[in-house]
Amino acid sequence: MKKAHSRNDGAARLWRRQVMRRLAVALLFCLMALAASGAYALEVPALKGRVNDYAGMMSADVRALLEKELQDLERSDSTQIVILTVDSLEGESLEGFSIKVAEIWKIGQKGKDNGAILLVSKGDRKTRIEVGRGLEGKLTDLTAGRIVQLVINPQFRRGDFDGGFSSGVRAMIDATRGEFKAEDSRSRAQKQGSSSSVLPFLIFGAIFLLVLGRISRILGGGAGVMGFGAIGYLLGFSLVTAILLAILGGLLGVFLPFLFGGPSRGGGFGPGGYFPGGGGFDSGGGGFGGGGGDFGGGGASGDW
Amino acid sequence: MNRSFLYGVVALAMMMFTGCGYNTIQQNDEAVKAAWGDVEASYQRRNDLVPNLVETVKAYAKHESETLQAVTEARAKVGTVQVSKDMIGNTQAMAQFQQAQSSMGGALSRLLLVAERYPDLKASQNFRDLQNQLEGTENRINVARTRYNKAVQTFNTSIRVFPNNLTNMFMLKLPQKEVFKAEAGAEKAPTVKF
Repeated sequence: MKKAHSRNDGAARLWRRQVMRRLAVALLFCLMALAASGAYALEVPALKGRVNDYAGMMSADVRALLEKELQDLERSDSTQIVILTVDSLEGESLEGFSIKVAEIWKIGQKGKDNGAILLVSKGDRKTRIEVGRGLEGKLTDLTAGRIVQLVINPQFRRGDFDGGFSSGVRAMIDATRGEFKAEDSRSRAQKQGSSSSVLPFLIFGAIFLLVLGRISRILGGGAGVMGFGAIGYLLGFSLVTAILLAILGGLLGVFLPFLFGGPSRGGGFGPGGYFPGGGGFDSGGGGFGGGGGDFGGGGASGDW
Repeated sequence: MNRSFLYGVVALAMMMFTGCGYNTIQQNDEAVKAAWGDVEASYQRRNDLVPNLVETVKAYAKHESETLQAVTEARAKVGTVQVSKDMIGNTQAMAQFQQAQSSMGGALSRLLLVAERYPDLKASQNFRDLQNQLEGTENRINVARTRYNKAVQTFNTSIRVFPNNLTNMFMLKLPQKEVFKAEAGAEKAPTVKF
């Protein structure tokens, strides 16, 4: 009996060791895959401000000056232009990296798509202007190409990075100026509301509750809590909003039937539960962020 | 009571639609169509540039009539391929479209290669401008294709997962959509550095 037990024990230990070894091999493979993917996917750096001089190509004076000029442009025109310099593309194509940066940073205002990115790779000696969809009319591929090849790159070739950046950015500003006007921040905030998709749910939910509530008040209330809470949750609202919705739904389920055809209770009931659509993001203040602009691959590149 | 019963059925049906992915499938379907519109527009943009490019090259390189003619013919062939939103789900039409466009791309790159042999042509501002526009357009095509493929992937996934697959099987009956396949030799394999 004891012998059998110990044999079993030995087999189990052997089995366990085998599993462990397999797990280790699998883990190793995962790690290798991770390392390999990390090796050639150049990561998009963080958006620090309008001038992101990661390669350290500009003097501090020029950096501050450009930062201010671009800030002024956004204030008057709402157009966003940012600069990014990197040491090397690490084997990635300039265009591929550029569109990746554009997709992550989302420079330009939402709906207007008025953003542009001046990207320079110091090690690869490459320059690209990536143009947002809204600016493609003014800053065409042709204009962008001329700015890169005739304004920026000749100065870069001479080693005059400060001159290349400041005259290049000025050319970009000149090309885009007047295409857009800045709106006041209030109307912009209004546009961000996304409750339009919620409305049909509320209406149909209310009708549904009306029916259930006619049958039984408890049934209506319960369905309201469950239904509205679930809708809030499914639509990706925060937990608090979902709970608020659930409470609103419960109230509706209990009281709504009385508004329609029930014993008259007068107009004393108004849906007080007001919820804003998905926490508004305000990019005001000291920080700088992309406004949600869309890029379609327009722009031009050049070597120097 | 009869009328309220009807309301109830409608409301219930609405809720069921959202639960079974009806709306998701519809939204993804529209997203694919929008992305396809971009693909079409960027290819059209390239096509519109071709006559200008051919004229410019002709002015400097009269002897390259063969290459020039190949480009013109490829353009004509692209024009004969019927392009519509319905072809997204049609494997054959999609393959035809891709084939026409890739032979167009091939003819264009041969033309640009020929231009390398004519210094006067290369130096002319007109040619440089066209080259800028052409490069921009090629990049747009690339971006549009990548985004289209992403949209198709999302759509195809959304009609295959449960319970959306049932919704699609019994109600929508939308077919899987076709992605752009990478052209042979068009993309360099990424170099792996350890």
